[in-house]
Amino acid sequence: MKNFLIDYTLHLADSSLILSQRNSEWCGHGPVLEQDIAITNISLDLIGQSRNFYQYGATLIGDGATEDSLAYLRKEREFKNCLLVEQLNVDWAQTILRQFFFSQYQYLLYQQLQHSKDETLAAIAAKALNEVVYHVRWSSEWVIRLGDGTEESHQRMLKAIDELWRYTGELFEAVSYELKAASEGIGVDVSKLKEPWMNKVKEVFDEATLPLPEKTFMQTGGKEGKHTEQLGYILADLQYMQRTYPGCEW
Amino acid sequence: MVTHSINKEAIYAYLEEIKDPEVPVLSIIDLGIVRDVKMNGEEIEVIITPTYSGCPAMDMIAATIKIELATLGFKNVKVTQVLSPVWTTDWMSEEGKRKLKEYGIAPPNPKQQVCDQKLFAEAEAVPCPHCNSYNTHRISEFGSTACKALYQCDDCKEPFDYFKCH
Repeated sequence: MKNFLIDYTLHLADSSLILSQRNSEWCGHGPVLEQDIAITNISLDLIGQSRNFYQYGATLIGDGATEDSLAYLRKEREFKNCLLVEQLNVDWAQTILRQFFFSQYQYLLYQQLQHSKDETLAAIAAKALNEVVYHVRWSSEWVIRLGDGTEESHQRMLKAIDELWRYTGELFEAVSYELKAASEGIGVDVSKLKEPWMNKVKEVFDEATLPLPEKTFMQTGGKEGKHTEQLGYILADLQYMQRTYPGCEW
Repeated sequence: MVTHSINKEAIYAYLEEIKDPEVPVLSIIDLGIVRDVKMNGEEIEVIITPTYSGCPAMDMIAATIKIELATLGFKNVKVTQVLSPVWTTDWMSEEGKRKLKEYGIAPPNPKQQVCDQKLFAEAEAVPCPHCNSYNTHRISEFGSTACKALYQCDDCKEPFDYFKCH
């Protein structure tokens, strides 16, 4: 079995699932009702993407694997999501910025992935792309609104940038299964996405009166299962029911 | 036991009776999510596609298709989900758009108007499904379900859902 393809598919699935889970923590707690609905709608889109990837991953793995066993029964070190998506919500500024960084990346990624030689990955990406356009526009507008808003909102955005910037480098640093997938024409060469991503971020930051950070140390490892302490807490929440009552359905 | 001959048209006619659980005036045919019906010998295969990646209605629609066809005597039914080609609001039938408006949901505008990435763009001009006024404004791009945005009419003051462009 093509192990790199399984790893690559699970990596795509995990990043969507974990960000979806994080965003869903806002459900019922959003700053205003419409934005509560917006962030949870984005969660739903991300869950949909991750389900499509997990279902495909399960057929590749075989041996009784299902979308549920992949989401609910793997351990922290088996998750291959990027570190950015597991970071805490903290406040609206950090939630928005995390979404903005990720959606801009995901847009560029899926634009390429929809031409993958792997028909299933291509179809999932093409399907999701229409949804990601909404996420990009919504999060970009919020970055501008907060950055160029009040003194308080501007300060919070600066703090969020300080907190999250270090996790953006990982998005463009390919690990072994990404390199293999890219060389087979199945995956995307993420190093090539860095420049267009930077340009997009700079464009929005300029309008938001936010500074682009200087070159700095980048924390990586998530895509190879080495996570920050945050992931364990998310999984505890996410997997509790299946761990406590194995096989339970509702 | 059903004895009438099974043909595609007959199956399509039955599928016309199955509604979208979230927008119960639309049949799955109106919505444009039935891609094909195949007769594989004894087996009937219904091929459907989701409107949105995360559409929670898909599992229910698949189950309903099986149940409905089973009560008509078709026991050997398979429902297959495909993602490609991607569903967009262009797949919705004109009949479907008319039913939506009657139900109080503004139907999707023709595609060329939206789906671009421009920030803070003026909201699409969506006519109020109740009083037909174009004097409306968007409250949120994200609405009660993944497929809808929330609008309000500035003439009759009614809030309404808009089946947004995808």
